[in-house]
Amino acid sequence: MQEIKAVGLVKQYKNLTAVDKLNLEIRQGELFSLLGINGAGKTTTIKVLTCIAKPTDGDAFVGGYSVTRQSEQVKRLIGVSPQETAIAPNLSVKENLELICGIHGFSKEKTQAKIKELSGQFNLDTVLRRKAGKLSGGWQRRVSISMALISEPKILFLDEPTLGLDVVARHELWDIIRSLKGEVTIVMTTHYMEEAEVLSDRIGIMKNGCLLAVGTAEELIGVAGTEDFESAFVSIVKEGSV
Amino acid sequence: MRMLTFAKRCTKEILRDPINLGFGLGFPLVLLLLLSAIQANVPVSLFEINTLTPGITVFGLSFMTLFSATLIAKDRESALLQRLYTTPLKGFDFIIGYMLPLLPIAIGQTVICYLFAILLGLTVSVNIIYAIIGIIPMAVFNIALGLLCGSALGVKQVGGICGALLTNLSAWLSGVWFDLKLVGGFFEKAANVLPFAHAVELEKALFTGNHEVVGTHILPIILYSVFVTALAVFCFLRKMKKQ
Repeated sequence: MQEIKAVGLVKQYKNLTAVDKLNLEIRQGELFSLLGINGAGKTTTIKVLTCIAKPTDGDAFVGGYSVTRQSEQVKRLIGVSPQETAIAPNLSVKENLELICGIHGFSKEKTQAKIKELSGQFNLDTVLRRKAGKLSGGWQRRVSISMALISEPKILFLDEPTLGLDVVARHELWDIIRSLKGEVTIVMTTHYMEEAEVLSDRIGIMKNGCLLAVGTAEELIGVAGTEDFESAFVSIVKEGSV
Repeated sequence: MRMLTFAKRCTKEILRDPINLGFGLGFPLVLLLLLSAIQANVPVSLFEINTLTPGITVFGLSFMTLFSATLIAKDRESALLQRLYTTPLKGFDFIIGYMLPLLPIAIGQTVICYLFAILLGLTVSVNIIYAIIGIIPMAVFNIALGLLCGSALGVKQVGGICGALLTNLSAWLSGVWFDLKLVGGFFEKAANVLPFAHAVELEKALFTGNHEVVGTHILPIILYSVFVTALAVFCFLRKMKKQ
């Protein structure tokens, strides 16, 4: 069953076409990665799918709702962890979680229960009372993703979740993302080949706003006729279309 | 409820920033202390505490612009706003959420200034309460100006424009430090077109019980407050939609 469908999606900023006639289908429960070099249009695609940005043309349907006409319904279904760490720096981790609970209209009891649940899931107990802005990059990403899960979304968008993290923090975050697979549909952007290959059910490769290829890592290797995924990615991007 | 949750968060962000507290509360008090010390050592009436305090309370409000502009610009740059745009919060929730916390902070700052000035010899009267209430329209103007600058500028630009330029403009064009008539000409005319000098005169009038001139000074301040608030709301919502 399709959870997300983009139909001829276009996003233009003055002279720049960031997303160019994108057609995409993402299935319910899968982890789909949008992979591409910088400026490929991955983040803009996420922005349109999460109703942050309005498409210039075309439409996308998230959980069956149109991002252009039914943004309120879409927002009820999604959780978003933006590329840059989106936390309130002078608030403690607990207060950050409470903020999102409050914005979603949770009762005090539900807020406490949700914080307890997420603290366990993300091992946040030791940092709950620390200022979020004082945490390391890895911990901030953890908090950021846990904030995205508060509303119990059906679809989770992770924009470059491990960007700038050291190898240990990256692997720890991968474990967290793996633990979420199956529970929610995950759309992730990344420009790390290994990350896309290890975590994703399917991968979409983007360049200049266009979707060049879609498939599992193995399928993309087969289509490109290369020995490994990195070579397949380079081949697909260099050729421009497959 | 959602809006109040967001407003509570904004309050905490502002009050937990030591630079905010240092400048917003400390600087006006340091000015009161220093200028009173100068006054104590000069034979002429230059910085009498009864005329100085109302002006300093108005000058202190320029920090509200800096606070709100910095908070909004930081939120925009840290992508926190992007996250919040994907939640059920609406444009109105954001605007009130940003503006509401600063009003009690501005009033609190004014109260602290008057209490400190009392320690330095300010005449105690019921008029102080009127002067504190009378600060509200100018506080709204300054907070809305912050919303406008925070929506349109980046963090670094906000520091320069609101932190340096605006605080200086509001100081020089308000007549806090000197009588504008002494300079006269274009400078005096420009000062009278802007709301800063009217705010100082309003505060002085309320403090001294000279209620006849209150209307003359409060009207331009209210007009500026309404205009800047409308412009700030328009700019914020436009930026929100323009993502």
